[in-house]
Amino acid sequence: MIHFDSVTKEYPRRGAALRDVDFRVRKGEFVFLTGHSGSGKSTTLRLLHFADRPTRGEIRVAGFSSSRTTERDIWKVRRRVGIVFQDFRLLPGRTAQENVAFALEVTGTPRDTITPRAQRLLSQVGLGAKAGAMVNELSGGEQQRVAIARALANQPEVLLADEPTGNLDERATRGIVDIFRELNALGMAVVMATHDLDLVRSDSRTRVLELDQGELVYDSAAADDDDAPGRTGTMPQPGAERGSVGAAASMEGEESEELLDHEGAAD
Amino acid sequence: MYALREAVAAFRRAPVLTGLAAGMVGLALFVLGLFGLVTHNLQTTLDAVEERVEVVAYLREGTTDGEVDAALDELRALPEVRTVIYVTKTQALENARAELPEFEEVFSDLDVNPLPASLEIELEEGFRNEETVTVVSEHAAAYPFVEDVAYGREWVDKLFSLRRIAGVAAGVLGAAFAVVAALIIGTALRIAIFARREEIHVMRLVGAKDGFIRRPFVIEGAMAGALGALVAVVLTWATWRAVSTLILEIDWIPVGWIGVGLAIGVVFGMLASSLAVRRHLREVT
Repeated sequence: MIHFDSVTKEYPRRGAALRDVDFRVRKGEFVFLTGHSGSGKSTTLRLLHFADRPTRGEIRVAGFSSSRTTERDIWKVRRRVGIVFQDFRLLPGRTAQENVAFALEVTGTPRDTITPRAQRLLSQVGLGAKAGAMVNELSGGEQQRVAIARALANQPEVLLADEPTGNLDERATRGIVDIFRELNALGMAVVMATHDLDLVRSDSRTRVLELDQGELVYDSAAADDDDAPGRTGTMPQPGAERGSVGAAASMEGEESEELLDHEGAAD
Repeated sequence: MYALREAVAAFRRAPVLTGLAAGMVGLALFVLGLFGLVTHNLQTTLDAVEERVEVVAYLREGTTDGEVDAALDELRALPEVRTVIYVTKTQALENARAELPEFEEVFSDLDVNPLPASLEIELEEGFRNEETVTVVSEHAAAYPFVEDVAYGREWVDKLFSLRRIAGVAAGVLGAAFAVVAALIIGTALRIAIFARREEIHVMRLVGAKDGFIRRPFVIEGAMAGALGALVAVVLTWATWRAVSTLILEIDWIPVGWIGVGLAIGVVFGMLASSLAVRRHLREVT
């Protein structure tokens, strides 16, 4: 579903945001992408959404290759790969339903099916009763649900989430992650960037990829099974990465958790 | 359908901006319209003058009827010549009296008719040009009994030059105004694009095609261009009415030209907006 093969991303002024990163995500897999601010989480998601192209290496998402997909065809990628952001990016001055309907309309959904489909998508994220509410009147958690419903408009195979709970309280966060898990249970691959360690540790079965200064420093799948095909990443030595999931997994240290919990909201 | 609806909505949302863009297209095309008016009327005048382009061969005293008949036959046989009229000395005097009534007394008091007989050579349509006039006049001048040959070549030359100058001036001024109009339409569209940047961003995010995103803006540009062209037509018409009423009667420009003007306005608006939105889309990921 996702192939991230030896990917390096360099920016002219910033330098390398990712260095030789390798990982694969299978169909229907749920992955937490974690790391400090500036570790390369958002860059990874931008690359997966083809908002940027790698400087070196190759990315394949939902059958689209970064080296072969032209700018003209990016719309095809976007319909197979949904994305949500920390700041929701909804259209203000419109209702929840209008926001979802907009996505359906601009991607060519037949007019007579737009309203019922928008309503169904909002119901899917538990917001059916608030379809007529203006988005700026909704809570943060509710706005993120609208954004998720919008991202689902084209029934994507992959859902990317860039710090989707960064602005939400614990209860709203749980609600959003529950929606992701439900979507994942239906077969959708989910890649969620987050710096919320409590959340990451809340389910030990969920795969964790950790980035640090543009390098993939931990892959829980590789840690579980170093020989697993298509998996890369190495288990950091205990204490080697203060504040990292890998280190925390070994150290069980309070200090490292605190460090991560006080990170900036996004990359 | 979506594109048209959005374009109309954008027009309603920012009428001043759209009006400004349309106004500039209108002024640019108005300049072209004015020159169209001048060019068309020059053309009409030129055609009328060309119609009267003829070669007159003045005959020497004592030219015999036989010589005249032979020349008439020979000249009439030329493919460029429509007809040749022989004007006798007496007819020349009568014509002069009729055409110049203020000199009637002078002509009446004459003991001797000073006017020469002549051959008026009318040219076929399509041959009333400098080249043919020269060939035919040289042919006529070759007769020994022809004293002089006259034709209105200078006038034809001057009118041709005038038309060329008007054409160049229209092109240069029209192009200058067109550039200004393009800049204003581009700016107006960029402001419109900026006002809708969030929508454009979301459209890109969810997988709308670039053509789909561009279409409302291109239609908006076409509408501004068409509106501008209409403004230009109205301004040109008002000018024509004013000139015709107050100064001199002139012809209105052909309907086909108005069609071309409208088409230019529409295409122009579409191009300007298309470039503006294309540039913006390159910056949006």
